[in-house]
Amino acid sequence: MVEERFDAIVVGAGPAGNAAAYTMAKEGLKVLQLERGEYPGSKNVQGAILYADALEKLIANFREDAPLERHVIEQRLWMLDDRSYTGMHYRSDDFNEEKPNRYTIIRAQFDKWFSQKVREAGATVICETTVKDLIRNTKGRVIGVQTDREEGTVMADVVVLAEGVNGLVGQRAGLREELKPDTVALAVKEMHFLPSDVIEARFNLKGDEGVVIEAMGTVTSGMTGTAFLYTNQESISVGIGCLVCDFKESGEAPYALLEKFKAHPAIRPLLEGSEVKEYAAHLIPEGGYDAIPELYGDGWVIVGDAGQFVNAAHREGSNLAMTTGRIAGETIVRLKRTRQDFTAAELSLYAKRLEESFVLKDLKKYRRLPGFLHGNKERLFGLYPQLLSKAAQTWLRVDGTDKRAKEKEIWAAFRQSRGLKGLLGDAYRLARAWR
Amino acid sequence: MRTAGDPAGTAGTTAKRETARGARTEESGVKVEEKLYHNRFVVDAGRPHVKVKPHDMPSEALLALTRICPAGCYALNDKGQVEVTPDGCMECGTCRIVCADTGDIEWNYPRGGFGILFKFG
Repeated sequence: MVEERFDAIVVGAGPAGNAAAYTMAKEGLKVLQLERGEYPGSKNVQGAILYADALEKLIANFREDAPLERHVIEQRLWMLDDRSYTGMHYRSDDFNEEKPNRYTIIRAQFDKWFSQKVREAGATVICETTVKDLIRNTKGRVIGVQTDREEGTVMADVVVLAEGVNGLVGQRAGLREELKPDTVALAVKEMHFLPSDVIEARFNLKGDEGVVIEAMGTVTSGMTGTAFLYTNQESISVGIGCLVCDFKESGEAPYALLEKFKAHPAIRPLLEGSEVKEYAAHLIPEGGYDAIPELYGDGWVIVGDAGQFVNAAHREGSNLAMTTGRIAGETIVRLKRTRQDFTAAELSLYAKRLEESFVLKDLKKYRRLPGFLHGNKERLFGLYPQLLSKAAQTWLRVDGTDKRAKEKEIWAAFRQSRGLKGLLGDAYRLARAWR
Repeated sequence: MRTAGDPAGTAGTTAKRETARGARTEESGVKVEEKLYHNRFVVDAGRPHVKVKPHDMPSEALLALTRICPAGCYALNDKGQVEVTPDGCMECGTCRIVCADTGDIEWNYPRGGFGILFKFG
C-alpha cells in the first residue's frame, strides 16, 4: 500500500495513538498511523470527560479550537437504592477559571480534531485500514505490520500498539494475554439531545458550565459497576457499565440495565423530553495494575487501553492514554536521535518513565481495589447503598420519635445486616485497598 | 436486515428455552432494535466478522451471549443452537472474551471502513 519505510507505525487513532503519533511527527519522525474506522473516532467510545492537563502537555493552546462541550464545575457522587440517592456534591466557582481543568467532550468530534493536529504535525494518517498482524524478522523482532489492504505490508523501525482495549493485534501476536472477564467491564451508553437552555436550567448552569454525575448502588443489580450522566452543550451522555464476568453470571441484558438507570426517579426528570441519537457499547479495562501486560519488546510498545491504563477508582482513562502515548513517543524520539535500535532493553526506558509518572504510581496505589470491589459486590452495590438511604430517611423524617431512639434504630440496622465484625472488616479492607 | 429469531411463535418447551432477544425484550420492556436503529452501520454483506462454530448443544458461555450481548446479536434457533447476526454489532468484544476459553466463536474486526460508525461515540 505504501512503498516507503517509516520510523514508526502507530496502530489506532484514539487518544493514546494520537498522542504518540503527534509527539513523534512534531519532532520530525516519519510516522504512519493506521485506523480501521472510516474516520478517527468512528470506532471510539467514552463517557466522556477530558482532563486538560494531559492534553496541555501535548497541545498547550488546545482550548482555541478543540471541540469542547462544557467545563465541569460540579461533580456529584451518588449512592443509589431503587428510590433514592445519598449524594456528595462538590461545586465551586473556582472551576470557572481561565483554563479549566476538566471538560466534557464528544469523542467522535474530539478525535477528529486531534487527528487533524496529528496530520498538521506531519504524520501520514490512513483510515479504513485494519491491521491484521505484526511482521517480524528471523530474530523475532517486530519490523512492520500486515494490513487488510492489497499489498498491505508496511515496514518501520518501531510499532506503537494503540489499538484499544479490544485490540487483537498484540494478543494474536502473543505480546499480551487475552482479556479476562473479571478485569474488563462492558459499558453501554446513550446520547440524549436537549436544547442547551433546558440543560442549563435543569442543572443550574450558566454558559459553558457543566455537571457530571457518577452513581453506584442497586442500579447494577448486585453487579460490580457504576453508572454516569454527563452534561454536554446540547446533549446528555448517560451510561452504565459492569464487569463482564458479572454480566455473564447474572444474564442481565446491558440495555435493560441502562433503561433501569434512566428510569430511576433521580435520573428520569433530568432526561425528560430528550431525543436519543445514538446507542453505544464498549469495553473498559478495569483490572488495574496487576492486569498490565508487558509494555515493550523488540521493536514494539503498547500504550493506552491496550495496556490496561485505566484508573477505575477515579474514572480516569483518556488522560492515562494520552500520557502513555506521549511518553512512548518521546522515548522513541530520543532513541531515534541517538541512533538506537529499538530493542527491548532500549525501549524499557518507556516503562521506567511511566513508573516515575502519575500513571503507574496511581495504578500501583489502587492495585488492591479491583479485587476489593468485585469480592464485596453484594454489599457495596446492594446492602450499603440501601442502609445509607434508610439511615438518612430515619434521620430526616420528623415523626415524634426521639433522636436517641432514631440513632439506635440506624445503628441496629447496620449491625443486624452486617454485624460489628463485618462492618469493621469492610472498613479495614476498604482502607487497605485505597492506601 | 436482522433476523430477530422467533420471539413470539415458539411453543411448548422451546418457548421456555427462548431466553434470547424475544423473551428478554418482553421481560424488561426494552427493544434493543429500537436502540440500534439510531446507529450508523456499514454492513459488509456476505462477510460476517463474527461466526459461531457449528454445535449441537450450546455451551454455558454461548448461551450467556443470548442475554448479555449489548446489541442482541445472539439468539437461539428452533433447534436450540445459538446463532449470530452481527449486523448491529458495536464491536465491543464482550462475546469474544466470554468465549475465549470455549472456542465457540470466531471473532475478527470488520474490514477497514465497515461495521459500526459512531457519530458521537
